[in-house]
Amino acid sequence: MRFDLTDEQKALRETLDAFFAERFSGAEGVAAVANTTLDKALREDITALGMGGIMVPADQGGVEMGLLTLCLVSEVLGRYAVPSPIIANALAAWLIAEAGSTAQRGRWMAPLIEGQTIAALALAEDAGWMADDWSTGKNAKGVKRNVERADAAGIFIIGLAGGALGIVEADADGLVIEPIDTLDRTRPLFDVQMKDVAIEPISEDGAVGRRLVDAMLILHAADALGAAHAAQDRAVAYAKERKQFGQLIGSFQALKHQLADISVEIEPARSLCWYAAHAWDTERDDSHRIAALTKAHISEIAVNCARVALEAHGGIGYTWEHPIHLFLKRAMHDRTVFGTPNLHRERAAALAGW
Amino acid sequence: MDLSYTDEQTRYLTEVKYFLAREWNSTAMKGDENAITAFRRRATEQGYLYRGVPRRYGGSEQPSDVIRAQIIRECFIDAGAPMEVPGNGNALLVPTLLEWGTEAQKDEFIAKTLTGDYLWAQGYSEPGSGSDLASLSSRAVLEGDQWIINGHKIWTTLAQTATHMFALLRSEPDAPKHQGISYILLDMNQPGITVRPIRQINGDNSFCEVFLDDVRASADRLVGPRGKGWTVSRSTLKHERNHIGSSTRTQPIFRSLVRLAQRTELNGRPAIEDKCVRSELVKIEGYLQAQLWAGYYQQTLSAQDESAGVLGLVNKLTTTNLFHRIAAISGEIIGDDALKMPRQGIELGGNERWVNQMLGSLGQAIAGGTSNIQRNIIAERGLGLPRGGVS
Repeated sequence: MRFDLTDEQKALRETLDAFFAERFSGAEGVAAVANTTLDKALREDITALGMGGIMVPADQGGVEMGLLTLCLVSEVLGRYAVPSPIIANALAAWLIAEAGSTAQRGRWMAPLIEGQTIAALALAEDAGWMADDWSTGKNAKGVKRNVERADAAGIFIIGLAGGALGIVEADADGLVIEPIDTLDRTRPLFDVQMKDVAIEPISEDGAVGRRLVDAMLILHAADALGAAHAAQDRAVAYAKERKQFGQLIGSFQALKHQLADISVEIEPARSLCWYAAHAWDTERDDSHRIAALTKAHISEIAVNCARVALEAHGGIGYTWEHPIHLFLKRAMHDRTVFGTPNLHRERAAALAGW
Repeated sequence: MDLSYTDEQTRYLTEVKYFLAREWNSTAMKGDENAITAFRRRATEQGYLYRGVPRRYGGSEQPSDVIRAQIIRECFIDAGAPMEVPGNGNALLVPTLLEWGTEAQKDEFIAKTLTGDYLWAQGYSEPGSGSDLASLSSRAVLEGDQWIINGHKIWTTLAQTATHMFALLRSEPDAPKHQGISYILLDMNQPGITVRPIRQINGDNSFCEVFLDDVRASADRLVGPRGKGWTVSRSTLKHERNHIGSSTRTQPIFRSLVRLAQRTELNGRPAIEDKCVRSELVKIEGYLQAQLWAGYYQQTLSAQDESAGVLGLVNKLTTTNLFHRIAAISGEIIGDDALKMPRQGIELGGNERWVNQMLGSLGQAIAGGTSNIQRNIIAERGLGLPRGGVS
């Protein structure tokens, strides 16, 4: 019985934290996301970190460290509001390793792990985000909604009717991507329109589709947690330097209590996120339900915490030039993508038989 | 991350379960004080209770092992079996004596506290000294070999049944406030002590005010150095701090809440089918699951002698907030029964017992350091914000 990260996981988290702290520690972050296209130099730097293979078995070229480890990565990405395709690539590589054919593995595994190819997950439809909401057939007509980074993608993982999954290359005939003016500038979204696109199947098993969605729920919770923590850090730092009425605003109890309440919300939530990822990795009985519960809980508290942290900054926090809004928007994005908190609460209630 | 037990731990779990199956029978023994005392003695002999207390004082003196302690707690709770005698004596006085007491004090007080023969009142708060406890003014004056004590203590839990009190008293009136306090043990059964129970908002009388008029304690009842009582009172059980962040109090109440929602009708249907109720139940469960896993995390850190940092400071508020949320939604479920005065003890009466939960959740927010004091601690010690007037 040991509920903690391994030394290897802790070391990885520290490495990533240092890596992104150096590149995104302040106004540089705002500059980097002002342009929604993916910065080439950054992309190459991130690729060199080799995160694409985190969940891939060692015999297929990965490091086999599971969703829990990818969760730690996701929290760091949220903490620095990083515009990066790491998560989609790691999941696409996991999916092909788990369910793909030998030919698909041979073709896609190395470029996904090494980052020459960027993957985008095209799952949501008008009916919703969950695997049971998908109705796309193999010769697809229709629209996939809110696909992150579709502009940079070399391949799309497409959600199909019944939770099946397929793959389409970005240059396939009949595929058109339409940008959405996205709130979270660090993760631009696109609608992907398909007109008789031929989709190559990866998995017919609906359980795989549901596991992919569960992974996304947990990863977005982790991202939101990172964003909320960053927002708190910035508000605390500001409270230690900003003076009004002749004293540091951090000495006023009203503000102290608000900032302390953020800790009460987010500190225990990290353990919940780790457990949800561990339950997914080990396929525990409650893993499907706990993924829904975790997404609902953490994405909601994260938005509330980021709001409080932004408010603590006063007028400067409400400006485009100050980076604090990046974290609020990151959390707001995490709250909505893959379903809002109430949707997942209802699912969790139903899964408990209530 | 490994949520399984080792072979050795699994054997230990089996051993504890076997012991409980053999020695504890809830239906026959619950409420039978003699049977419970005998059971506790056997459980202590096995090394299940009082693990941090040396054998010569009546404990079982086990090497520190957080996982074993957790196994014991979970098995005892599952079986409904009693653990250590509850109250301030075992939670606060025994650890303090182990750290600061003289041999004579340990011999005289620890064993009888473990068995529950000695029951302790905590003489800390005063009418003028609540959150700012170190401003307390009840006086202890040493005359010859006797302390003469005068003052007024309040919010003293179960003082009406206590045999003894451990008190913080001002012995050096000219010293700075934290440095003029001594930690002294008093017999409750002596002239000059007047206990007046205080009726609480839920009708219960579980705490009291205690008037001290020329009360006497022999000089050797001073624990730790004179004037160092503030530091002495900070002792806590360092051995197997396995209750840190524990959800053992919140989980059973949440389970009762779910059962309440399942069996109570709201607008002609079971309350659990109501959208607002369902949503709030899952919201509460989110906090509860976070508390549960954060508790396991803190146990692991404790076993590795690592600090939990800010997480370690939020536990009381986590519990307080959960109690408050549970109480609030129970009010929606029980409807007009919330207009009734609760009977004492949550297990008694009909749905109005949930009113006791509402009122009790306020007690949780106040007792043992109010929620706002907890927030100050998180902000100042956890986040490093400037210290205010509170110290």
